This record gives sequence, structure tokens and C-alpha cells, in this order.
Amino acid sequence: MGETLIRAVDGVSLAVHSGDFVALLGSSGSGKSSMLNLIAGLDRPTSGSVVVQERDLAKLSREELAKYRLHVVGMVFQSFNLIASMTLAENVELPLRFAEVDRSVRETRAREALERVGLKARMNHRPSELSGGEQQRAALARALINRPQLLLADEPTGNLDSHTGTEIMDLVREFNQQLGMTVVMVTHERALAERYAGRMIFLADGKLVDDRPNSPTSLAGAKERT
Amino acid sequence: MKIPDLAELALRNLRESLLRNSLTTIGISVGVASLVAMLSLGTGLQQLFSRRLAKSGLFDTVIVSSRRELRGMGREEERNGPTPGESRVLDESARLEIEQLPNVMEAYPDIRFATELRFDDKPHLTMISALPQSGKSNDAFEGMQGSFFSSDTAAEVILQKAFAEELLGKTPALGAPEPGVADLAKPLLGTELTMRYAQRESAPPPAPPLRPTEGASADQSLAGSAYSVVSREQKLKIVGVCDLDPESMRGPMRAKVFLPLKLAENLHIMQPTDLREIARANDQPVYASISVRVKNPNQVQTIEAAIKKKGFTTFSILDASRSLQQVFRVLYAFLGIFGSLALTVASIGIVNTLVMAILERRREIGIMKAIGASDGDVRKLFFAEAGAMGILGGIAGVVLGWAIGQIINFGTNIYLKSQSIPPEHFWAVPLWLAAFAIVFAFVVSLISGLYPAGRAARLDPVQALRYE
Repeated sequence: MGETLIRAVDGVSLAVHSGDFVALLGSSGSGKSSMLNLIAGLDRPTSGSVVVQERDLAKLSREELAKYRLHVVGMVFQSFNLIASMTLAENVELPLRFAEVDRSVRETRAREALERVGLKARMNHRPSELSGGEQQRAALARALINRPQLLLADEPTGNLDSHTGTEIMDLVREFNQQLGMTVVMVTHERALAERYAGRMIFLADGKLVDDRPNSPTSLAGAKERT
Repeated sequence: MKIPDLAELALRNLRESLLRNSLTTIGISVGVASLVAMLSLGTGLQQLFSRRLAKSGLFDTVIVSSRRELRGMGREEERNGPTPGESRVLDESARLEIEQLPNVMEAYPDIRFATELRFDDKPHLTMISALPQSGKSNDAFEGMQGSFFSSDTAAEVILQKAFAEELLGKTPALGAPEPGVADLAKPLLGTELTMRYAQRESAPPPAPPLRPTEGASADQSLAGSAYSVVSREQKLKIVGVCDLDPESMRGPMRAKVFLPLKLAENLHIMQPTDLREIARANDQPVYASISVRVKNPNQVQTIEAAIKKKGFTTFSILDASRSLQQVFRVLYAFLGIFGSLALTVASIGIVNTLVMAILERRREIGIMKAIGASDGDVRKLFFAEAGAMGILGGIAGVVLGWAIGQIINFGTNIYLKSQSIPPEHFWAVPLWLAAFAIVFAFVVSLISGLYPAGRAARLDPVQALRYE
């Protein structure tokens, strides 16, 4: 088997402004996840640049990229990606361990973050004892803990039913609006993007095919509820 | 990551796959145990030998003689030293002087003479020597029947086994089994034998020579040196029969019958040197040789040098002990290499366990990297796991090695007892060995962790997260 070079993301040029809520849309294999990994600093472009807050990720060392992921980025995934052997509290405070934050500070901040997502009562449970929605909420708490400016979500509702999916998305919107976090969300559900995102970017075969603003339809309903 | 956090996470990860990690840790502990067992056997044997050697009196004794003795102990003195006629006389003042040297425990004259002993009206000719009270600790007297001299002046003797055989007419044929000391001692202990000896007695100054010598001073100086020799008898009680030969270093000069030192001195037994020193103007006793006991075998060399400087000839078995140390060093290295083999095998176990852990925890490593763990964090975490297994295995291994040693020691002593040999402690786990073993296990584990930790650190997070 020979290796074929596949350009997952090719010639895409886009700028995301601070405080935006951007949805990356496309069918599977369109390159939207690769795009997200580039922004997250998990992957490097073979050519070109990814500039976040005046930093070119392509030029950072591995060590600097790790620091960037730790302090600037919070990530949530389709499959939650909590560590099974740790309790929720331990999962949530794990980034603080890498940031060498003192134990006492870690505990308070983990409790606060779990409280914010409504899981304070479950903080000593292991992920396997929780529902999918609860796990994703814990993952959001973990993404929040280092107070990052950028929240990257990769199909955050992909493994959830529509009701819990809505709950999660409401939380994401809350982070965006109340904490001022910039959100970049990958999804293949156009309806979801239309309800929450302020801007929709369509990718196909690694190329940008459409980029248009959107007025989120959920906002009115949410306001009514609160 | 901070060290307490690392340790906590590492221990948690070790607990997660408890069975596998326990087995690996047991592997390390067996390796460490074998290393500890081997080295403590080496240490124990060395301690046993040094203890034995110290007791034998072979290595802390320097024998001093004058070159006037004309029995050169080595060619070196013949070339470099003063001529025999010019060298110093080994008399009482010289003895005191030597005894004053630092680190000298005692310096006592060797009184040694061949004479006739009568037992059951039969004459026996043998070499007799005198022993100080301190000779009691000599291990030649360990298996002795009877007791040591009751005092330094008691009219008592201790016989060496060979002489006891001679007295009883039981000298075994070559190759025949030797009779036990207890059997020999039973008919002899408490009985008496008679020693015939030549006593040196100071005589009144002789009549002035018929022809006056050149100066009066010569007459005066010679005045005290005259003595007569009288044949005497002394009854001696047999108080002990010893199995071993306390004088093995003396070669053909060794004695088979021993007297208390002060008794022998008081008897003024004619010594071979007396004849030679007859012309000297001094009433002080002159000794053929002096035994000098040194506090510590390490100081033998310095003291020998100091005594040589005073113009005497010395002899010690230090060289023998030096080559013995060499032998122990080699033995140690060998035992260490054999002991390390098991630890090497165990370290392969660590590599295996950690590589397995990487495969299992691929996703977890990916998650940690995605939320901000650096390569260094991941590497340190795996190092910490390897190190924790090393330390735990090391501690368990030291305990295990110590236990194995105790069991073997116990078993061997039961065997020794059945052979009627007194029990010995030939197994020692000194503190430094325990500490060394644990540190060594730790270092070996870290080295084993190098490859797995590096591999985990280089893991690509995107691929690791895709993997399901």
C-alpha cells in the first residue's frame, strides 16, 4: 500500500473574531475536524499559518503548543473524552495539574466549574456512572477550568439525544455570551448551527465553499425562558 | 506537573491495572532480593572472616626481633639495616618503648624454649611458650576443653591437642580419624606434669681477672652480667587442652605447651639470647622477640614502620590479609553480577508493562495532550510510574532478601550444630546495602522507563483520540 497525500484542508483562509460563535459545517471527510485540530494546536499545517492572538501556531515548538492548548483553548469532543479512572472532580481539575496550580485552589475551582454546569452533586462519581449528557457537561466544565478564550467543540451533541443536546448547546451559548468565549463548533447538523451560531462556514473536500452570517434562532426562545 | 501530583497520578495508574503492575513489581523485588541476598552473603562472609582473623591474632600482631638474633626475617634488612652487631638490643626498655607507641595494645616478650616435660615418669621433649592473659580471646581456645589460666602466675599449663595425644600415646596414624579433644582432655585435666628447665641465676661478681684489662671501666661494666645456670623442676597442673594451634604463624618455632606469661618470666628460664648477650653490661632481661598486639589490623603497617625506625626487624602477615581483601573484592563483584542478572530480567518486565500501558492508555494520553499536557508531562508521568514500581519493588526486595538470608542462615546453623560447629552469623544486610539496593532498583526502573516514556511522549494526540 502506497501512501497517498490527502489534503484535508486546502487553501482555506478565514478570520474569526473574538467573541464570535462560528459553526464549521460539512459532510464527513470535508476537513472540518482537521480544521478544528489545526486551530486547537493538536496538528500543524504542512504549509500556511494559523494565527491565534498574534501567535502563529505553525511556528510554535511542541512545548509552546502544549502551553497554548492549556491556557488559550478549551476542547469538548463528541465522545466526551473523560478519563475513566478518575472522578468528575479529578477530571475537571486535570488541566490545573498540568498548569501547576496549588491543590487547594484546584479544588475550589473544580467545584465552581462543576457547579456552573449543574453537576456539583456528582463530583465524586466516575464518568461511567453518569449519563451522556452529564458526561458532556463535565467535559464542558473541564474545558472551562483554565478560563480559556477559545472554546473548540467537535460535534458536541453527536452522541446525545436532541433534548440533552439542546441542554449542552445552551451551556455553550452561555459561555459564549456570559464569559465572552469565542466558540468554534464543528457539526454536520445544519439545524443546530442555525439555532446557535452567529456565522456558518461550509467546507467540502477541504475547501471553503460558503461563509455567511446567521442570526441564531434560539436566542428569542431562550430569552423567553429566562 | 509538580512532583506530588506526578506521584499521585502514577500510583493511581498503577492501581488501575493492579494485577499486572503487582506482578511486574514482584519481578523487581525478586531481582532486588537476589542482589541483596548475594551481596549480603558476600558482606556476611567478609565480616565472618575478619572477625575470625581478628580473633586468630594473626593480623593484629607484629613480631619484633633484633637483628642480633641473626635469624634474618628478610633479605631487605640484610642489605639496608645496620649490621647485626650495631643494631639495638631487644631488652625491657625497648619493650616499654614499643608499648608506648600509639595504637599498640600490648607488647609482651616471647618466652620460648625447648625443654623436657615428665608425665607418668616418661620424658617428652617439646617447645614451650608463654601466653599473656589477653591470649584468652584467641579463637584457638574457642573449642578448648578445661579453662584458661586462672591467673598470670598460676602454675598451670595448656596443651595443644597434638601434645596431649603424645602424652597419652594416642598419636593417630596418618589418615586415621583424629580423636576428639574431649576424649583427650578427660584423663589429662587436673593432672600434673613436671617441667625441667634451666634457670638463669644472677651470680655474685666473679673474682677479678688475674691479668688486669686495659681499663677499670670495662671491669665495672661487665660486673653485672655474670650469672650461673641451675637446673630446676616445676610442677604444672594441666588446666586445658585446645584443639587448634594458636601459634600457626610461627612455623617450625611453634609451641605445643603454653605457660602463663608472668610465671614463665618469674622462673627466669634460660633463653637462647642469654648466651649471646652474656657480654653485655646490663642486668635487664633481653628478649629473642616481642609480640606486639595492635588495636586494629589497619594500623599494622604504620606500627611496623615505627618499630623498624627504632632499629628492629619486624614481621607480620599483613600481606596475606591484603591479598585476602583482593579475593573478597572479586567475590563481591561476581556475586553482584549474578545478583544483577535477575534485576535485568525484571527491568525488561518494566519495559513490557509500560509499553502495554501505553497501548491501553493511548486514548488517555491523547486526552491529556488535548487538554494541555506537554510531552514532558506525559514523559514524567511514565517515568514516575516506572520509578514507583522500582522503589516499591526495591523495598519489597530488601525485605525479601533479608528474609531469605535469615532462613538460609538459620538452616545452615542447624546443619553446623549437627556437625558440632558453633553457629555463625555469615549473613549481613547492612544499612548501606539496603539503601543501595533500593536506589539501584529505582535507577534501573527509570532506565527501563526511558523507552516507554519517550514513546508515550511522542504520541500524536490527533491519532490517539481517533483510536477507539
